[in-house]
Amino acid sequence: MADSVTIRVDGREIRAGSDTTVAVALINAGVWTFRTSVTGEPRGPVCGMGVCFECRVAIDGVEHVRACMEPVRDGMEIDTGG
Amino acid sequence: MDAIVVGAGIVGAAVGEALAADGLAVTVLDAEFPGAGTTSAAMGHVVVMDDSEAQFALTGYSRRLWSERAAELPPDVEDECPGTLWVASDEEELEHAVRRSHFYRERGVEAEVLDSAALEKAEPNLRRGLAGALLVHGDRVIYPPNAARRLLSNAVVRGALAERRVRVEAIEPGRVRVNGSWRETAIVVNAAGVGAPELTPGLAIEPRKGHLVISDRYPGFCRHQLVELGYLKSAHSAGAESVAFNLQPRATGQVLVGSSREFVGLDRSTNRRLVGRMVRRAVDFVPALAALSVLRTWVGFRPSTPDNLPFIGEVDEGVFVAAGHEGLGITTALGTARLLADLVAGRVPEIDPSPYSPLRPMPEAQHG
Amino acid sequence: MAEVFDVAVVGAGPAGVAAACRVAERGARVALVDEGFRPGGQIYRHREGRAPAAIGEWMARLARLKVDVIHRTAVHDALRLDGKFQLRAESVHLEARKIVLATGARELLLPFPGWTLPNVFSAGGLQALVKSGLEVAGKPVVIGGSGPLLLPVAATLAKAGAKVELVCEQARRASLARALPWLARSPRKLAEALSYQAAFGPSRYRTSTWISEAIGTDRLEAVVTNSARRVSCDFAGVSFGLVPNVELAVLLGCELRDGFVVVDRRQQSTVPGVFVAGEPCGIAGVDGALGQGLVAGDAACRDVTVTADVEAARGWYEYKPPPLLRSFALRHEVLELARADTVVCRCEDVRLSRFDPEWSAREAKLATRASMGPCQGRICGPALDAILGYGADCVRCPAKPATFESLLIPEDRK
Repeated sequence: MADSVTIRVDGREIRAGSDTTVAVALINAGVWTFRTSVTGEPRGPVCGMGVCFECRVAIDGVEHVRACMEPVRDGMEIDTGG
Repeated sequence: MDAIVVGAGIVGAAVGEALAADGLAVTVLDAEFPGAGTTSAAMGHVVVMDDSEAQFALTGYSRRLWSERAAELPPDVEDECPGTLWVASDEEELEHAVRRSHFYRERGVEAEVLDSAALEKAEPNLRRGLAGALLVHGDRVIYPPNAARRLLSNAVVRGALAERRVRVEAIEPGRVRVNGSWRETAIVVNAAGVGAPELTPGLAIEPRKGHLVISDRYPGFCRHQLVELGYLKSAHSAGAESVAFNLQPRATGQVLVGSSREFVGLDRSTNRRLVGRMVRRAVDFVPALAALSVLRTWVGFRPSTPDNLPFIGEVDEGVFVAAGHEGLGITTALGTARLLADLVAGRVPEIDPSPYSPLRPMPEAQHG
Repeated sequence: MAEVFDVAVVGAGPAGVAAACRVAERGARVALVDEGFRPGGQIYRHREGRAPAAIGEWMARLARLKVDVIHRTAVHDALRLDGKFQLRAESVHLEARKIVLATGARELLLPFPGWTLPNVFSAGGLQALVKSGLEVAGKPVVIGGSGPLLLPVAATLAKAGAKVELVCEQARRASLARALPWLARSPRKLAEALSYQAAFGPSRYRTSTWISEAIGTDRLEAVVTNSARRVSCDFAGVSFGLVPNVELAVLLGCELRDGFVVVDRRQQSTVPGVFVAGEPCGIAGVDGALGQGLVAGDAACRDVTVTADVEAARGWYEYKPPPLLRSFALRHEVLELARADTVVCRCEDVRLSRFDPEWSAREAKLATRASMGPCQGRICGPALDAILGYGADCVRCPAKPATFESLLIPEDRK
């Protein structure tokens, strides 16, 4: 990765290509559970195009953000609730 | 004895349950499905209100009935008891809060006045600088569609029949017409909500449209049902349309925001301008609301009456009405059902039924 | 004060890009609004500077022209206001005299045991993530479901280095064979299909095959097929066809037929001034979308008055699914994969056992909360219609989640 950024996921630092999405950065870093469903199941991205809302995470304190629609930015803080 | 209840909204379902409990052979008919009409659009508050002594009597009685059966409600009714905070913007409103607290306490309803600091502590997301609030303990929030379904299934357990997609075309003493043919019955109860006047001509019920907006899940965002003390002023003011601040924490962690009122017939379209005004009002009280994510808006039609009291009682031989509950149908469903069952059975009701008589004289319509 | 465009185009996939380009070429003032952060939509999804040739040509054309491209903007409401149209999004309210809806399609997902496990994606979703940089090299992958989409998805995965273990197509071989004469008439399609198959290995493509269960604890570990074959895999992509995105059209009052927006030969809907191009008016692929986009763009910037009788004589353009799609008709077995405890509504975790076949979509929603979550029924709605025949629920604004702030009327915003 020539161009890369550092983001923090649940306090852990990961590096990601600068032209990718939060969803891709997380899976590439081995984070598969993006949120916990209303009955406590692990969930991750499905549609990859902003429709299904399964990949919701909190980004910089804002809840319910779709990781698949969000480009990574250096210093981003991501919270999966996990 | 046979009874047909027309309408399986929360009022019809409750009436069906109460009549079935009295041993009547009840059939509840709905043009769509249980709770499909105004019930499904309602906020689901179970609150005491004191617009008039009669309103207080019915809401207080009904709220007690809901709380008595709280333990038997299934989880999908989402029953919670957050209480209501009537928020005072200024000293004048706070004085009003004090008067209301006396009114409630004299009548055995637990209520207290919070000052500015106590209010801030109780609801940190309210804007700073409010004068205080009246906290009414014991007010509840439920999920109306499933509450109606539950009441109806209780009726069915007691032997009632529930039929869906059956539209009643006419009511006469001793019979109702469905698809051109008459079905005989000793008792008929018109619980058709905004549709009630079609079956009981002359009944002064008009649809009063409202909008609601619901958010995604933000558990803990607020803890009480929040209403502006100016609510009665704005909500029941004469004139074509109004908004008032009314916010409710749902059991899901969602935030439900109302309210608007307008007389536009049964127009189901979303009035974006009015929704905008309503949200503006809510954001003025709760600034942090602005950034929350909205999942849905919808409209519903309150069956309103000229004197803001429902019609509960007999209009013709064996023909009863239980309709016209405006924005309090969820609250007053159980009290209405008891009252109606008492009238049908010839028992003396727990509260005086005369203020709700469908035959009472009506004031002039209050809007143009 | 909102700016007034001659034409606003919603959606920057092939249909929307073509429409916007054509409007700009005719000298009219055009806005192209899209939820993504780069034009191209799903089919033309690419990373910065890595656009394949077919896409590059359109992107260059778009860049050359004067088009106001507004990215990362989800239009959540559309209405008529004072003789114009208003499109509402989180940060802007756009006004335009005409609008072109090119809102594309999403995938049809059907519930099966384990489909909610992390790393089980929709087929197109997995492809989209790979195009955005998901690392799949050397990893075992299974593609499943139905339809022509499975082939390019599998090919994308194979080219990215994934081990495509299996591509499961539920349709019978005989059913697919019925599409051969049609394919033979469009050699380019046939060549495309063959090149996709070559990319991941034709022997991996199995007809009459579906994933009956996904297995794993906190993420996908394997899938089990209908022939009880267990295939270990890290990722799976499963979808059963396409569902048109018609929400904005419905909010504007456009008439639908069989779930698609009814349009005339100029791509105009039943609401004058609202043009629709691409999948919302019929699943017709990229070529269809580009062509319809050009027609819609053309029509939207001409003030052609068509009298009612001429319109009636011409009739509405009737969408008929191409024979290829009919070959992928869903078998009852794949509609019956969910078990009683399988989640159907993923937002609200509503399981199959909660649903009564007698209900409608609206009654199911009110009784179970299914489709009350943030996807607004986009996933479970079509699934419930497919498996229980619930029909479509109504569309309410906002058509995508939006902040309370964005519901304020502009003068009222602070």
